[in-house]
Amino acid sequence: MVELILFVVLSTVVIGGALSMILGRNPVYAAMGMLATLFGLAVIYVIQLAHFVAVVQVIVYAGAVMTLFLFVIMFIGVDKAQSLDEGLAWQRPAVLGVVAAILAMVGGLVLSGRWEWITADRVALSGQVIEIPVPPNGTIESIGESLINRWLLPFEATAVLLIIASVGAIVLAFYRPRRLQSVGDDAE
Amino acid sequence: MTVTPDWYMTLAAVLFLIGTIGLLLRNNALMMFMSVELMLNAVNLTFVTAGGAVGNLDGQMAVFFVLVVAAAEVAVGLAIIVSVFRSRSTATVDDLAELKG
Amino acid sequence: MDGWDFILIVIRVVVIFVMLMITTLLLVWFERKVVADMQDRIGPARAGPWGMLQTLADGMKLFFKEQITPRKVEFGLYIAAPILATIPAFLIFMTVPFGRPFTLNLGGEPREILLQGADLNIGLLFILSMSSIAVYAVVLAGWSSGSKYPLLGGVRATAQAISYEAALGLSVIPVVMYTGSVQLSEIVEFQRANLQFLGNVVPFIPNWNLFLLAPSFVIFFIAAVAETNRAPFDLVEAEQELVGGFHTEYSGLRFALFFLAEYINMFTMSAIAVTLFMGGWSGPTWDGVLPALISGVLPTFWFFAKVVVLLFVYVWLRATLPRLRYDQLMEFGWKRLIPGALAWLMIIAVVLAWRQFGNPWS
Repeated sequence: MVELILFVVLSTVVIGGALSMILGRNPVYAAMGMLATLFGLAVIYVIQLAHFVAVVQVIVYAGAVMTLFLFVIMFIGVDKAQSLDEGLAWQRPAVLGVVAAILAMVGGLVLSGRWEWITADRVALSGQVIEIPVPPNGTIESIGESLINRWLLPFEATAVLLIIASVGAIVLAFYRPRRLQSVGDDAE
Repeated sequence: MTVTPDWYMTLAAVLFLIGTIGLLLRNNALMMFMSVELMLNAVNLTFVTAGGAVGNLDGQMAVFFVLVVAAAEVAVGLAIIVSVFRSRSTATVDDLAELKG
Repeated sequence: MDGWDFILIVIRVVVIFVMLMITTLLLVWFERKVVADMQDRIGPARAGPWGMLQTLADGMKLFFKEQITPRKVEFGLYIAAPILATIPAFLIFMTVPFGRPFTLNLGGEPREILLQGADLNIGLLFILSMSSIAVYAVVLAGWSSGSKYPLLGGVRATAQAISYEAALGLSVIPVVMYTGSVQLSEIVEFQRANLQFLGNVVPFIPNWNLFLLAPSFVIFFIAAVAETNRAPFDLVEAEQELVGGFHTEYSGLRFALFFLAEYINMFTMSAIAVTLFMGGWSGPTWDGVLPALISGVLPTFWFFAKVVVLLFVYVWLRATLPRLRYDQLMEFGWKRLIPGALAWLMIIAVVLAWRQFGNPWS
């Protein structure tokens, strides 16, 4: 019962944030909607006993990645409403058509009763005694053990990846394109 | 009605759909990038739910790595967008059409 | 989870809320008196005994002041920014233990009542995540005000906060490695024993992390001063430089909320430093000698005494040191603190691995 209420509230927050992200006129409001989505997802992770992942999501995604997005939005100066004209004229109707088709398909399946596994309790329906696995407790100790014992190579590979990404970002930030015609640029 | 893992998978599918719509409908590079991040988060939710349904920690480990890779990708992607903006003063991807024709 | 648990949670939240508000009141008064004393003057002396009610008077003045909203602001974010500043400030303190847990007989069964908002098993990481959220309030306040000075102050403050946040996180890793846990109550438990130095147990000295991990404490404290935008790192809200920085366009109750958030952050960072490095609420309680009520309240008294010592250092820094220029600030954070924290982390890792696994070449 508690989990049902939590699921309804959190999915409202998450989907509301996602919709305001894609429909928001002002990119800063879109970033705030995305932030709401990330927070809602972090709480969902806590419900599923993935504590470490939830906290790392808040620290990395909500705390660092979205701050970076906000900085770039303010720097680029797109904080005014963007123009809505679209290059390819048929793209918007095509996208909306495809989405409508998917929703019709899914809705048809749900309404005709074939998609009962969304709303029914699988164990009770099948009648057999299935042992539902206990969700693992995602505390730091267990994640740390798993990371160093089983997933050591991906761990080291992501360390190298982070160094590469930092170096790449710095190189891109300091890159000054050399123009062959005008000499005055090299005076910088 | 108990909340089974299937509910969370459906939520993740809806989020992924919303992210794809955002990616296809927007013409601003930053908004497209944010939609890609939304799709990555939907996949993260799927991983955590699936890991919980199976019963071991592999789902959460996968999420950890996806998170790290997404952070690195955002850093480099935003640096690229800033460089493009510096040389062309536009963030609309429709204007980046030099290979056309 | 029955009714009594729920009531206990509500009581804890209310107690922490009230405690933070009262502490902020006293902290503002304390700062004004100490700064005045160091500058050879008296400070607030008329409102209440020794001027203690001065903060209350200032708060009421701000409450009744007219809230001027400039026309060019982005209204939603303008309202949300002060709220977004105070929420993490209150939430961080929820994980800090401020007294010894005791057992009480409620509803027929003995329950252990923790003097802590919530004993999370990822306590320290929660603190780091909430300080990441506190960064948003500043940048949103700066941007939504719609004028140059707040935007500049806001962007600078955000850059400063995210730079020193990395140093803050790196400096607590040796503590986690040495103590073996991220849970704050276990870190306090670890520091209650006697000091263990090179394998011997030293009597009469508690096992505070301050003694063996002193560089961590120094880096943490400096990073905490920079995170809370206090002097000497307060360029972003300096009246002489930026007309007030990111809270220029705020007046009345909204400004009071920013002010409140800053002082609560100061108190919370000191409380965390005390918990991580100075033993939290541990201290001599003389259990047999004193009556049970006094020896139960004594740990809370020790906690507040240690926090007051650290707050005095905070105020002392403000009264004594000149302000750092912005490029000096960024250079200090990136080129000195972060490599220093990393080097100390590697040293502690080598020492702990030596202790656990012995000689690598034997």
